[in-house]
Amino acid sequence: MNARAQAATKGAIRIQNVDKVYYAREGAVQAVSDCSLDIRAGEICMIVGPSGCGKTTLLNAIAGFHDITGGAIHLDGELLCGPGKPQAEPGPDRVVVFQNGALFPWKTNLENVAFGPVVQGKLGKAEARDKALGLMADAGLSGTEHNYPGEVSSGTRRRVEIVRALMNDPKVLLLDEPFRALDSLTKSVMHEALLEIYYKNKVTIFFITHDLEEAIFLGHRVAIMTTRPCKPKKILEVDIPHPRNYGVLTSPRFRSLMEETVNAVHEEAVKAFEAGEKEM
Amino acid sequence: MSAVVATAPQPRPRAAQSIWHHHLVRAVISIAVFLVLWELGARFKLPWVGQVPPPTVVFNTWLPLLQDPGYWYSWVQSSRRVLSGFIAAMIIGIPFGLAMATSRMFHDISFPVFEILRPIPPLAWVPAAIIFWPTQELSIGFVIFLGAIFTIMLNVLGGARSIDVRFFQAARSMGSSNWDIFRRIILPGVLPSIVVGCEVGIGITWNVVVAAEMISGGGGAIQSSAGGGLGFFIWNSYIGFSYPQIVVGMISIGIAGYISSAIIRKLGQTITPWARTR
Repeated sequence: MNARAQAATKGAIRIQNVDKVYYAREGAVQAVSDCSLDIRAGEICMIVGPSGCGKTTLLNAIAGFHDITGGAIHLDGELLCGPGKPQAEPGPDRVVVFQNGALFPWKTNLENVAFGPVVQGKLGKAEARDKALGLMADAGLSGTEHNYPGEVSSGTRRRVEIVRALMNDPKVLLLDEPFRALDSLTKSVMHEALLEIYYKNKVTIFFITHDLEEAIFLGHRVAIMTTRPCKPKKILEVDIPHPRNYGVLTSPRFRSLMEETVNAVHEEAVKAFEAGEKEM
Repeated sequence: MSAVVATAPQPRPRAAQSIWHHHLVRAVISIAVFLVLWELGARFKLPWVGQVPPPTVVFNTWLPLLQDPGYWYSWVQSSRRVLSGFIAAMIIGIPFGLAMATSRMFHDISFPVFEILRPIPPLAWVPAAIIFWPTQELSIGFVIFLGAIFTIMLNVLGGARSIDVRFFQAARSMGSSNWDIFRRIILPGVLPSIVVGCEVGIGITWNVVVAAEMISGGGGAIQSSAGGGLGFFIWNSYIGFSYPQIVVGMISIGIAGYISSAIIRKLGQTITPWARTR
């Protein structure tokens, strides 16, 4: 609880009337339209929606990988992108953990984790190394420090990547279906590991997923997005208290939230299917 | 991996199997079978193979040559040419490829010229090279250089292009400058492709050096019968009707090419230790 109270000071994302139009070969594609969403500082906000609905477009806009064509996004009151500044500058306050992982294969896990502070010039090599060792030990990654990412399991890789992001002391973690490729057993271990990391580090988490169980289990809130163009259709408060563990999955409250989500998402999934949208 | 664990309790039957499965054993057997077939083919005057001296004759020709400094001098000559042309190709090809990969402007300017020159076989350059360069040695080096550089450049360019965009995005979002991205993402990311380019490139240099030596008369070093490199050694043997020696020269080049590729591979594994784990 103390952690949540402290976290409430930073990492609030305000998404206001954001539009994004792509110009593809088949013409203009409205990926995001009039999308507004307030993400509270220190919360885990789960973004759920059909494939290709424009969730990742939103994440890329926050991260600064793509521009937006309308609206504005603020982080803690500061403009990231908006009128006069279509594209945010990527920065260590908003670190992305990618769908299929983006650990540098040519660096050991430890060198990967130490990467951020070293290139930012915030820490010397030795200091960054010490801090990385500490964070890795906290995340149960001791013993894998000197392996290359290719030498460890995919679950371990995901954890290393999350720790690498945390090394930058980000305000926001942007997670784009980070556990998509994992089997369901590994996934459940990762969920608890992520919550443990979250309870220790109190950052805002913007988490895109297709997995409704994952969304309700992890999130303070679940934003269900409409199919393209993407905007919130329904925002669900998950009133199951943190810290959570896998016991809540079988609770009646979890079941009823699940039902509510399934209904809302299914409608959009059918629309998306009928529109024949492809993954963006 | 589980096979290794299972070996412990009953080592004898598995050990016999594992010798058969050892790659060196297989290599020796494959070479032996090849030699036996060749020997039989040559002895029984089978069509085509019957024209070739059998391996025993080749071997008997080879043995005295092993004590002939001239023979080894041709090895040294050809190796020296391959190495200098190849190193020149690396020194120019790698930075050129990197520049093409990182600067769109540079790419657009240089790529069309590169693409027109690339399909020209290195050997087509020999007459021009002989006219253009003051010494035969430089002409041969230049042709070898041309043989390797396009492969190296193309691999650098392709390797840099195939670096996952997420690596760049991750590096950017962790606060990397352009220089950090070049040094910490592009360089290591392209290294495995450089190794592959060099491995293929050095093979081509051996193809080229031999032909260039034949055509340009061994770099002018015709004092000793074998002073002009392995290519000239073959040519000389042909002129002197010494067919077993031709085969000796051919096999020597095969071995030289094999050794140089193996060295590059080994060096490559040392500088890209992560590549084995993928």
